[in-house]
Amino acid sequence: MGSKIGTMGTEELEQLVITLEPRCRKRQSADRAAVIAPVAELDSLMRKLRDEHLLSFDLLLDHTAIDHIQEGRFELVYLLYSTRHGHHLMVTCDVDRANPVVPTVSEVWPIAHWQEREVFDLFGIGYDGHLDLRRVFLEDDWKGYPLRKDYTDPDMLEPA
Amino acid sequence: MMSVGQPAWEVVTVADRAEYWLESHWYFAVAYMILAVLAVAAMVVALGMGLIYGERKIAAHFQCRMGPMRVGYHGILQSIADTIKLLLKEDIVPERADKVLHLVGPFLTLVVTILILGVLPYSPLLQLADVSLGVLYLTALSGLSVLGLLLGGWSSNNKWSLLGGMRAAAQVISYEITATLALLVVTMFAGTLTLSGIVQSQAQGWWVWRAHGVGLLSMGLFMIAATAEINRTPFDIPEGESELTGGFHTEYSGLRFAFFFLAEFINMFVVAGITVTLFLGGWMPLRIGNWETFNNLMGLIPPSLWFLGKVVVMVFVLMWFRWTFPRMRVDQLMRLEWKFLLPIGFINLFAAAVIILCKWYFFPV
Amino acid sequence: MSVTVRTLSELLMPPSVADSPLSTQEYFVNMGPQHPIAHGSLRIVLLLDGETIRKVIPVPGYVHRGIEKMCEHMNYRKIIPLTDRMDYLSALMNNWVVARTVEMAAGIETNARIETIRTIMSELQRLQSHVLWWGVLGMDLGAFTAFLYSFRDREIIGEIFEETIGARLTMNYIQPGGLMYDILPDFVSKVKKLLGYLRPLINEYDALLSGNAILQERLRNIGILDGKDAISLGCTGPVLRASGVPYDLRKVEPYGVYDKVDFDVVIGTKGDCWDRYYVRMEEMRQSIRIVEQLIDNLPAGPYMVTKYNARLKLPKGRYYGQVETARGVLGAFIYSDGDGDAPYRMHFRSPNFNNLWAVTHIAPGWRIADYISIQSSLDLVIPDIDR
Repeated sequence: MGSKIGTMGTEELEQLVITLEPRCRKRQSADRAAVIAPVAELDSLMRKLRDEHLLSFDLLLDHTAIDHIQEGRFELVYLLYSTRHGHHLMVTCDVDRANPVVPTVSEVWPIAHWQEREVFDLFGIGYDGHLDLRRVFLEDDWKGYPLRKDYTDPDMLEPA
Repeated sequence: MMSVGQPAWEVVTVADRAEYWLESHWYFAVAYMILAVLAVAAMVVALGMGLIYGERKIAAHFQCRMGPMRVGYHGILQSIADTIKLLLKEDIVPERADKVLHLVGPFLTLVVTILILGVLPYSPLLQLADVSLGVLYLTALSGLSVLGLLLGGWSSNNKWSLLGGMRAAAQVISYEITATLALLVVTMFAGTLTLSGIVQSQAQGWWVWRAHGVGLLSMGLFMIAATAEINRTPFDIPEGESELTGGFHTEYSGLRFAFFFLAEFINMFVVAGITVTLFLGGWMPLRIGNWETFNNLMGLIPPSLWFLGKVVVMVFVLMWFRWTFPRMRVDQLMRLEWKFLLPIGFINLFAAAVIILCKWYFFPV
Repeated sequence: MSVTVRTLSELLMPPSVADSPLSTQEYFVNMGPQHPIAHGSLRIVLLLDGETIRKVIPVPGYVHRGIEKMCEHMNYRKIIPLTDRMDYLSALMNNWVVARTVEMAAGIETNARIETIRTIMSELQRLQSHVLWWGVLGMDLGAFTAFLYSFRDREIIGEIFEETIGARLTMNYIQPGGLMYDILPDFVSKVKKLLGYLRPLINEYDALLSGNAILQERLRNIGILDGKDAISLGCTGPVLRASGVPYDLRKVEPYGVYDKVDFDVVIGTKGDCWDRYYVRMEEMRQSIRIVEQLIDNLPAGPYMVTKYNARLKLPKGRYYGQVETARGVLGAFIYSDGDGDAPYRMHFRSPNFNNLWAVTHIAPGWRIADYISIQSSLDLVIPDIDR
C-alpha cells in the first residue's frame, strides 16, 4: 500500500502534518496517511505541504468529493504524492452541504485548476479564488449536479 | 541541333493537321478539332480513373494490404463505381459561401490542368499544339492553377479552408521560382522553348545525364518543386487532412470535389509528363553512345510507348513519396525553398551556363 | 467568500475587432469535436493569430457517460465491464485497478499465477496501445503508411487476447480475486511467437518513421514541457517520464510481479515531442523484455482465488489503488460505507484527464501544425477523459 513505500511511516507522516497545522485531525478509516483539515486552514495547509522539505508533496494525484447526504456535508478528498520522498497523503476536508465553498488550491498545484472544475461540475462545490470556474463535462446550462446523492433527472433509470 | 546521321523525327501536331485541312476544307478542320477535344476529354477521365486506381493499388501494396478487390477483377472497376458515386452525390454549397467563386474554383483548377495536357508531346504524331513558347506557357499555367485553390479556400467561408487556400498560395508561388530555374537550365541546353524541340534535342542522350550532374540536379529540383506545386505529400500542407481537415476542399462535395480530386491526379500525370519531356527525353528512345544494335532495338519501340513508360515510372516515384513521407510544416516548407532550393537553383543555372559556353557535354550536340 | 462561475460562451467572445482594413485580428477556431486530430470527440477551441496559437481551450465532455454515477449502483464485479469503456486501449489495466483496489480493501490475497498472467496481459496491452499510438502519430503527421503497419501488428496481439479472453477491446478479464478465464494451453507458444515477430518490427518502425528527417523536424524541440511543470500539471506516464522524471509505478510502487522482473524506466531529457515519441518507442522494447522474462515459467495454481459469485463487501473506509496504464497513472478511489456491496462513491483518477490540460501550457506560441504533433505525442484517449 502506498503509505508503506515512502521513507516515512503512516503515523509519522500524520503526526508531522498535525504539527505543521495543529487544527488538523487524523482521519480514521483510510488506507493511508490521512488528515482532516478545516476549511479555513485548507489553503495554508496545502501550501505548507508543498513547500515543507520533509513533505514536499509536488504532485496532486487526484481531487474528488464524497456526498455524505445524511450528515449534511461534502467531504473533499485530495490525494497527494511526493515524487521526491515517494509518500502519499490523503487530505480530506468537510464542508457544509448547504453552502459548499472552499478555497481553491489551483495556485498551489495548477492541475487543481481542472480537477476542481470537475468537482464543481459534478458536485457543485464552489472554489473561492478559482479563475476559470466553468463546467467541464456538462453544458453550461445543465440543471443540478449529477454526482450529488439527491440528484434527479427525468431520464434517470433509478430515480433517487 | 540534330547531329549528322541521326534519323530526324518529323513532328506533326494535331493543330498542324487542322491547319492543313483549314486551307482546303474548313469543316474537316472543325470536325477534326472537335474530335481532338473529345479525345482530350476522354483522356482526362480515363487518366483520372486510371491514376486513382493505380494510386490505391500502389498505396495498398506499400501498406501490406490488397486495396480495392471487390468491383471487377482485382477491383479494376472500382474507379468507375467511385465516379458514379461522386456524380450522384448531393452538391452541397455552404449557405454563406460565395456561390460564384465556389463554383469557379474547381473548374479553374481542372481547366488549367487540361490546358497543360494540350501541349505535352506524347509522340511525334500526337501533340495537340506545339506552342512556340512552350516552357513559358507551362510556367504561366502552373502559376495560374493556384488561383483555383485560393478561390476555393476563400469562397468556402470556412476558416480551415481559408488557411488552406492561403497556404496553397504561399507554397505554389514560392516553389514556382525553383521550378522555373530548373526548367531554364533545360531551355538553355536545348536552345529552344518549344517542347517538341526540347525533345528532339535529346536524340543523342537525355538532359538528365548529359552535363556533369547539372541536368540531374535540376531534375531533382524540379521534382521537389513540382511535388510542392501539386500539393502532394510531403508538401500537402494546403490539404493537411489531419490538421486542416482537408484545407481548401473542406466545404466541397459531389462533383465539385471530384473536379479538385481529378485535377490533383491529372496534375500528377502532368508533372511526370513535364519531367519526362524536359529531362528524360520525352518520347525519345534510349540511346547509348555507339551501341548500334542496342540503339536500333530501342528504336523499334514506338515513341508513344516510350513516353508512357517513362511517365508511369515518374508517377510511381511521386506515389512512393506520398506513401513514405510525413507532412512538413509551413515554415519548414518555406525555409526549404528560400534557404536551400533557391540558392542551389541559381548556382545550378550558372553552372549550366558555364557548361554551355565551354561545350562540356558528355555527347556532341 | 464569493465564487464566480463562468461559461464557455463568455470565454469565446470575439476578440477586439479590427478598426482599419490593414490591422490584423485574432480569431477562434474549433478543432473538433469532429476533427481528425480529436481521435474521438474532443473539442479544442484555439485562439489563433494567423497560424500561431495564442490560447487553447479544451472542451471535453462529448463522451461523458457518468460511469462514476453508474458505479454507485453496481457491485464491484459489475464495475469491471464499465472500466473497459474508459480507456479502451488499456482495458486490462483499467480492470486491474479496480480489482487491485478491491483486493487491497477486502484483504484478498491472490496467488503468483494470477499476478503473473495479469502482468503479462497488461504488458501485451501496453505494447498494443503503443503500437497503435505510433501509427496514429504517423497518420496525424501525414505518414499514412505507418497507421496501417501499426494496425497490422495490433491485430496480431488482438488475436491472442481474443483467444484467451474472448474479446478484443472490452476485455472484462481481470476480476477482483483472480481472472475471468485461465489461459489456453498454447498461449505460451503463441506469445513467444508474437514476441519473436514484434521485436524486429519495432526496429522497422524506427526505420520507417523515427529516422525520417521530416518527422524529426516535426517533433524535435517542439512543445517542450519541463519536469517541474509536468509534475505540477499532474502529468503522469510517458508524458512525465519524457520530461525527465523517472516516475513509473511499476518501479516506484511495484504491483503484480513487476518487482520480480528486470526492466528499465525510460526517461527523456528535454520533454519535447521527440522525447515523448521515443520514450514510447523504447517502452515497447521494455514491454517485450518483461513478457519474455515471465512467459517461460508461469507458476501453477488456480486462476481465481474467490468464488466468482462471492459477494464482495468492503469494510467502511476510503481506498485508493493505482496502476500504470499505457498513458499514466490510473487510480481508483473507493469510499465504502460498510453496508451493501456497491461503493458509496467511486472515482477514477484518469491519466488522460490530467494529461490533457498540459496542452494549455505547452501549445501557446506554436503553429497549428505543431499542435498536431503536441496532441499526438500526449496520446489522449477521449472516453477516458470524459468517463
